[in-house]
Amino acid sequence: MVRISRRTAIKSALFGGAVAVGATTASATESVEPPADARGLLYDATLCIGCKACVTACKDANGLPADTAGPHGLWDRPDDLNAKTKNIIKLYRSGDTTSFVKRQCMHCVDPACVGACMMGALKKREYGIVSWDGSKCVGCRYCQIACPYNIPKFEWEMAGFYNPKIVKCELCRHRLAEGRDPACTEVCPRHAVIYGTREELLKEAHRRIAANPTLYQPNVYGEHDGGGTQVLYLSHVPFDKLGLPALGGESAAATTRKVQGTIYKGFVAPVALYGVLATIISRNQRRAGEEGERS
Amino acid sequence: MQSRRDFVRLCTMAAAAIGLGPAAAEQFVQAAEKGRKPSVLWLQFQECTGCTESLLRTSHPAIDDLILDLISLDYHETLFAAAGHQAEAALKSAMRDNAGKYICIVEGAIPTKENGIYCMIGGRTAIEIVNDVAAHAGAIIAIGSCASWGGVPSADPNPTGASPAHDILKGKTVVNIPGCPANPYNLLGTVLQYATYGTLPALDAEGRPKFAYGQTVHEHCPRRAHFDAGRFAEKYGDEAHRNGYCLYKIGCKGPVTYANCSVQHFGDVDGAWPIGIGHPCFGCTEKGVGFTIPMHQTVDIIRPTGPSTYPPIVQPQGTVSPIATGVAGLIVGGLAGAGYMASKKLNTLPTDASGTEKPEV
Amino acid sequence: MSRSETLEPVGGPLWTRPMQVLTALFLAGIAVTLYRFVMGIGAIANLNDGYAWGAWKPISVIVFTSMASGGYATALLLYVFNRRKYAAVSRTAILTSALGYTTGVIVLGIDIGRPWNFWRIVNPGWWNFHSVLLEVAVCISTYIIFLWLEMAHPLLEGAGQSGQWSFRELARRLTPALDSAYPFIVAMAIVLPTMHQSSLGSLFLLAGVRVHPFWQTPLVPLLFLFSCYVMGYAFVVLTSLLSSLAWRRPLEMEALTSLSRVMSSIVAAFVLVRLGDLAWRGQLTRLSVDGWSLLFYAELLLLAVPAVLSFGLDRHASPQKLFLLAASTLLGGSLYRLDTSLVAFMPGAQWRYFPSVLEMLVTIGFAALAVMGYIAIVKRFPILPGVRHAGAHA
Repeated sequence: MVRISRRTAIKSALFGGAVAVGATTASATESVEPPADARGLLYDATLCIGCKACVTACKDANGLPADTAGPHGLWDRPDDLNAKTKNIIKLYRSGDTTSFVKRQCMHCVDPACVGACMMGALKKREYGIVSWDGSKCVGCRYCQIACPYNIPKFEWEMAGFYNPKIVKCELCRHRLAEGRDPACTEVCPRHAVIYGTREELLKEAHRRIAANPTLYQPNVYGEHDGGGTQVLYLSHVPFDKLGLPALGGESAAATTRKVQGTIYKGFVAPVALYGVLATIISRNQRRAGEEGERS
Repeated sequence: MQSRRDFVRLCTMAAAAIGLGPAAAEQFVQAAEKGRKPSVLWLQFQECTGCTESLLRTSHPAIDDLILDLISLDYHETLFAAAGHQAEAALKSAMRDNAGKYICIVEGAIPTKENGIYCMIGGRTAIEIVNDVAAHAGAIIAIGSCASWGGVPSADPNPTGASPAHDILKGKTVVNIPGCPANPYNLLGTVLQYATYGTLPALDAEGRPKFAYGQTVHEHCPRRAHFDAGRFAEKYGDEAHRNGYCLYKIGCKGPVTYANCSVQHFGDVDGAWPIGIGHPCFGCTEKGVGFTIPMHQTVDIIRPTGPSTYPPIVQPQGTVSPIATGVAGLIVGGLAGAGYMASKKLNTLPTDASGTEKPEV
Repeated sequence: MSRSETLEPVGGPLWTRPMQVLTALFLAGIAVTLYRFVMGIGAIANLNDGYAWGAWKPISVIVFTSMASGGYATALLLYVFNRRKYAAVSRTAILTSALGYTTGVIVLGIDIGRPWNFWRIVNPGWWNFHSVLLEVAVCISTYIIFLWLEMAHPLLEGAGQSGQWSFRELARRLTPALDSAYPFIVAMAIVLPTMHQSSLGSLFLLAGVRVHPFWQTPLVPLLFLFSCYVMGYAFVVLTSLLSSLAWRRPLEMEALTSLSRVMSSIVAAFVLVRLGDLAWRGQLTRLSVDGWSLLFYAELLLLAVPAVLSFGLDRHASPQKLFLLAASTLLGGSLYRLDTSLVAFMPGAQWRYFPSVLEMLVTIGFAALAVMGYIAIVKRFPILPGVRHAGAHA
């Protein structure tokens, strides 16, 4: 006859309880507000002349090598953000309409990458800056799957084997710590990209739209998109043409929390399921034992 | 005789030539009027005298204004009327009278093999002379690539052991003004600054004034736009060469050469500098480049910057290998085929005929 | 020849031709793995920043562990719903699960870029509780322990019958404890895969609009759960049929036809939820004949056609039919999971990806290891019912 020993029952309850406590301490709020000291960038595509000083300044400030892959290897000519390039200027051209666009991490208010990161290597830190801590990263690259802007880049090449990093703009945290501004904003000759608190930047962005409504698209990209971002965009051409995807107002991280939260709220369901199953199976085993059967 | 007004004008020009303002000009005037023209002792060793010649061709200030009104050139073998014992005596007395204050300018490399016998003047080796003169100098300036890093005499196999001044004068601050010839305005700027303020300009890690050697030729080349756009001359006289396109591909050393030739042309003639006349820079200021790397061999770009093209919003990335696709297809097909063949054989096996019995313990 | 009532090792030589081929494949996989650890992932894989997950996570983990869900799916029938007829295939199912998950996790360890930090998972204080991948990693790691605990029974029994005294002693001491703990082990071995098999689907909720709307739905955890049952049963059917074929043994037709019927019911539920979900989200009208739609139809047909054909199954069904129906179902379920995790993942118009040959070698090499493990363990431990030949004693 199978006995459910008290010891085993207590042990399994304790285990389930411990995990439940752990899960409930991380209660998920449905939507996330930007931190009070949120800082970011405002990029005005109508002012950008495509000089790429920001690209070079970013490389210098972050100690990144030039991306000389290409026919002659003479230029730093990344095709896109990559493990050597945290900031890039791209060109949109359609007939007579042109626009430059500066792409880098959007420092989302509710980042999908932060929601993805298993060990919390990617976190929102001071000023809401999303930054990567290599000591915690296992290189699973879930952040690359999650990011709607395709920002985190992984060091695939051989030089990266010993320490492949996730590379992305971190708003020049190291410079902010010394009281300096992000390198791209410091060097831009037309102040097309500026640095400030998110509130200030939003105000400025709306002021520009109001002052020049025929020039700008009527909305500020990043105000609400995907739950909001701390890097904001103004443009004269539609944002999707510049490669900025159309996202709803709810961040994917919030959606995931909702779905998982429904299933795992307080970890009640798994623990309850375990209790029910253990009971049923024990009883079945006992009956099987009584009837001279065993699996 | 020159009027005071002309003199002031001269000082203003001199100040302007080295990027200093009217205040400096005023100070030049005052220094000169007080009779405090700095003493300059110019030593010449393994050199072609090109740097001196280059100095002779300046015009603001012109050499005569320079040596008559702004400085006191107390020793210069080429320009001296005197020779022999008289010249030696002039050197000795200048050293004595201006000890600790004179500017020692070294032109030419100093041979070191066999105790330096390959350059001897007045019975003394170059090593002895430079050590002697530099010992009591207020400032030491090495003019030209030879004095700055060895130059032509030091080219492989360097049979005389030609060395730059700073290698002989270890422990002393030596301002290096490389170039073959050095741009005379770089020298003038340094000398006049020292004469007026008693200070030397900010120097880089190789002792070169940053105001002249802070950037590579590539960084302020007037043909840079052609480089960024990928417009290169492939050989002398071709269409691109005639159009004044970038000379990188025919061996321009601009990307690895720190100098200001592109902004301060030679002989006061606009466009009179190597690239300006259609010849690639050969890196005369740089040790390891000039007289070392073959003239038409291309160099790596130290700090690549962007081209004048832009990536589009969407640029195809990632590759699909047709071999891999083929292999995958074969695997899937193979498994499917094998599975089907296996399934046919199943019908030949006996089924479990034991009904609903349950397995025992 | 008939099937005896005791479970026995199949016996026979281990170093057969199939084992040699499998070993060669496995060694090739190991060679590529070593190269990966010396030269970095980029040197062997075609992965890129758009398709950061390629053959390894979607196939070796998401698809293969679902195939290896037979242990979970069968345990539900056998231990919870008390259907004794599945006892004949339950150990097969658990063994395929144990091997499938273990090799899947090994490939996961090869896939991640900074595996030296993985030890941090042991401290819940360092967990990001919002991360679905964390839940998957913790659950799968824990589940493997419980799978091998479930395997302890046949392993200990085999040890108990071995010639080695020390193994027999070990079996003698551990078996009673194992018996009393068994319900709790099995309960965990059901709760854990319920959690992570559904969460393998939830992983892609975070990708939002980057998964095609035919596959992106809040119901993805439910669909993944159904698909793992379906694929688990299908894989058990196939494994059992192939085992019988390989070693000329009686077929377990009763258990397998029942399993196929259960499988078909769940397929029906899956198809209903799938279509219902598309209708409710307004996606049904977008089906046409473009690539995405064709992919959707393929999944559906591969799953639905066998399900429909299975409803008439009885004990006299031909084993070939059973095999083909199970194979089609397995393909359909696999395709659904592969689509959600890889094919319908749209990082952007500029990205292209197909696994490189070396990536495929790693997947194949470790799949070969699982098959080798199955063959070796089945031959040396009591997994399958014994075979009684005419005139032989029990």
